[in-house]
Amino acid sequence: MRSILKASAAALVLSAFAVGPATAELTGDLKIFLDTSNPAPRATMEKIIGDFQALHPDLNIETTVIDREEYKTQIRNFLTANPPDVATWYAANRMAPYVNANLFEDVSDLWQEPAIADNLASTKGAMTIDGKQWGVPYTYYQWGVYYRKDIYEELGLSEPANWDEFKANCQAIIDSGRKCYTIGTKFLWTAGGWFDYLNMRTNGFDFHMALAGGEISWEDDRVKQTFANWRELIDMGGYIDNHQTYSWQEALPFMVSGDAVYYLMGNFAVAPLRDAGLTDDQLDFYQFPAINPDVELAEDAPTDTFHIPANAANKEAAREFLRFVVSADVQTEINNGDNLGQLPVNSQSSVDDDKFLNEGFAMLSSNSPGGVAQFWDRDAPAEMAKVSMEGFQEFMVKPDNLDRILAKLERARKRIYE
Amino acid sequence: MVDVTARQAAALDTRSWFRRNQIAIMPWLFLAPGVLFFLFYVIFPIFQSFNISLYEWDGLGQPEYIGFANYEDLYWEFVDRDAFFVSLTNNLLWLLLYLLAIPAGLFIALFLNQTVVGIRLYKSLFFFPFVISQVVVGLVFTWFYDPTFGLLNTMLAWVGLGPINVLGDERFVTYGIIAAGLWPQTAYCMILYLTGLNAVDPEQIEAGRLDGAKGWRMLWFIIVPQLAPATFIAFVVTIIGALRSFDFIAVMTQGGPFGSSRVLAFYMFEVALSEYGFRMGYGAAIAVVLFLIMLCFIAYFLWSMYRDEKRAR
Repeated sequence: MRSILKASAAALVLSAFAVGPATAELTGDLKIFLDTSNPAPRATMEKIIGDFQALHPDLNIETTVIDREEYKTQIRNFLTANPPDVATWYAANRMAPYVNANLFEDVSDLWQEPAIADNLASTKGAMTIDGKQWGVPYTYYQWGVYYRKDIYEELGLSEPANWDEFKANCQAIIDSGRKCYTIGTKFLWTAGGWFDYLNMRTNGFDFHMALAGGEISWEDDRVKQTFANWRELIDMGGYIDNHQTYSWQEALPFMVSGDAVYYLMGNFAVAPLRDAGLTDDQLDFYQFPAINPDVELAEDAPTDTFHIPANAANKEAAREFLRFVVSADVQTEINNGDNLGQLPVNSQSSVDDDKFLNEGFAMLSSNSPGGVAQFWDRDAPAEMAKVSMEGFQEFMVKPDNLDRILAKLERARKRIYE
Repeated sequence: MVDVTARQAAALDTRSWFRRNQIAIMPWLFLAPGVLFFLFYVIFPIFQSFNISLYEWDGLGQPEYIGFANYEDLYWEFVDRDAFFVSLTNNLLWLLLYLLAIPAGLFIALFLNQTVVGIRLYKSLFFFPFVISQVVVGLVFTWFYDPTFGLLNTMLAWVGLGPINVLGDERFVTYGIIAAGLWPQTAYCMILYLTGLNAVDPEQIEAGRLDGAKGWRMLWFIIVPQLAPATFIAFVVTIIGALRSFDFIAVMTQGGPFGSSRVLAFYMFEVALSEYGFRMGYGAAIAVVLFLIMLCFIAYFLWSMYRDEKRAR
């Protein structure tokens, strides 16, 4: 009797630690909802789900891919009405409405397991709300300045080390009859990226996060300093005209044709720029330079995530899938240049040998001492993000309205964070 | 004796209760599906959204009763000339300018109401914009207005004007979208008037001619009064179209630049249901305001229909 107990206890312990095919066979249905609707991510996801299926032949996996923009509004319906077992989403404050409504499963137990606790430590903060973890990341990517190296060489410029050089380069570009920065602010969030960088460089990461958390007035002088720096670029004529009518994709041709030289963007912009014919000799990347030398550099690195809805039917299989997705090999595989072309979240994975991924990885791991932000619309609450990004867009078109815009944002802050 | 006749009468009318009352019941039975759906999908949601507008609710968690605070917020947004004020003014602009579709439709209908070779083809070409989806119309106009390679700016350049960024300038954007909306709406009014013109009494025109009516006087005193039913329908569909302007705005500007092309319907969607919208109660309050605006028109339509029915009897 005693030995049987011992044996079963040992088996329990074993099964708790073992990963992959060694675990008790999973059965039943596993419904997965994905927002990876672009062709390459879609193929990647379908492939790794196929691999997962091969490991668990008795599991009946059903995958639904929803258009990325549609997904953002559909998620609240399906989480309440018809929850899948696994769903994609975004880290940080973007999870908050669903966490607060008890629609995401607490997966802190997964984060206790050494395989995840040791290797995913860098993203733990972004997945934590109220001291618990609500999902796992599967990919992230750097933001930074993508620029036309050939035009730089033609004008005899070099990568700027500080704000003055940054502005001087821009002036040289404008003098050559071009625009410095391409951007399309029709969907607002691209302006949020500029604000992220200008504010983090002017006031630092902690201030930026406090502002996103509603702790600082929008009419604070330090915030005004950020906008004053921004205004220097606007008054110079650095941005392309009519950016408020373009989406971020519609702003790409300006860079391809050489009418604009920079694009402050996420690494996902590299693929369409290469597709449009720019070679790696023409396209290069640098970290957004320091503005205020007293604050540490901090970066944006948005993280995409997997979650288990609280009302999921097959949470055991869902947890197994989450373990599978973040494991080192799978992370190496899905983030390589042929697939997502982004950075793996597992520290044991290897980064694909790509110029931009290498530079981004080095920048995020060694040259971002201030911290890593998710992105303005993921760090700030949804409503504040919306109102403020609209304000950023207005500021970029009509910088003279700044006081009115800031007053409006301050009113919104008082209402939203009450 | 009495007893016997009563029993005989009862025995004579052996039909069931349903058969005896068939004539009274049948209309209600036929109406029942429609009435039920109307109650459930139209009347009930009106009260439901009024109820929701009294709560603060993110659509996911527990609603919290806050009385009329949402309406108070709307009031302050109105006073501060914020988003709600912009949406309301744009709604009024839409209502006013969209009515241009009625005279425009009338003149195109008059122009096409002739018998020449291939008139059917011309009529269908003029009707074409109404057949294609509003989303496509919106897209076509977005390209037409494009500040760098749009046709509009190319044409303006020929006469030495421009370039103007219609959809990127908060002064022009609403007019630009209304112009796009007028294109299919004019076609709709045109088709209503074309059918109306078929019913114009030739004898009255003849009589008008004998009395020396020509040109504008003929149109205004003989033709237009006879087109009154068509005008009424055109007015109804145009008002409804103006209040439903959501699709054009969603496709062409997303309410931008910086929210200056919003109308109430789009603003409601934005705060309650869009990517960043989690204020169901606030959205419902906007919906109630929109409903009250519509109610003025609905009341007018019902009243004038009631009046016509009465006169017809």
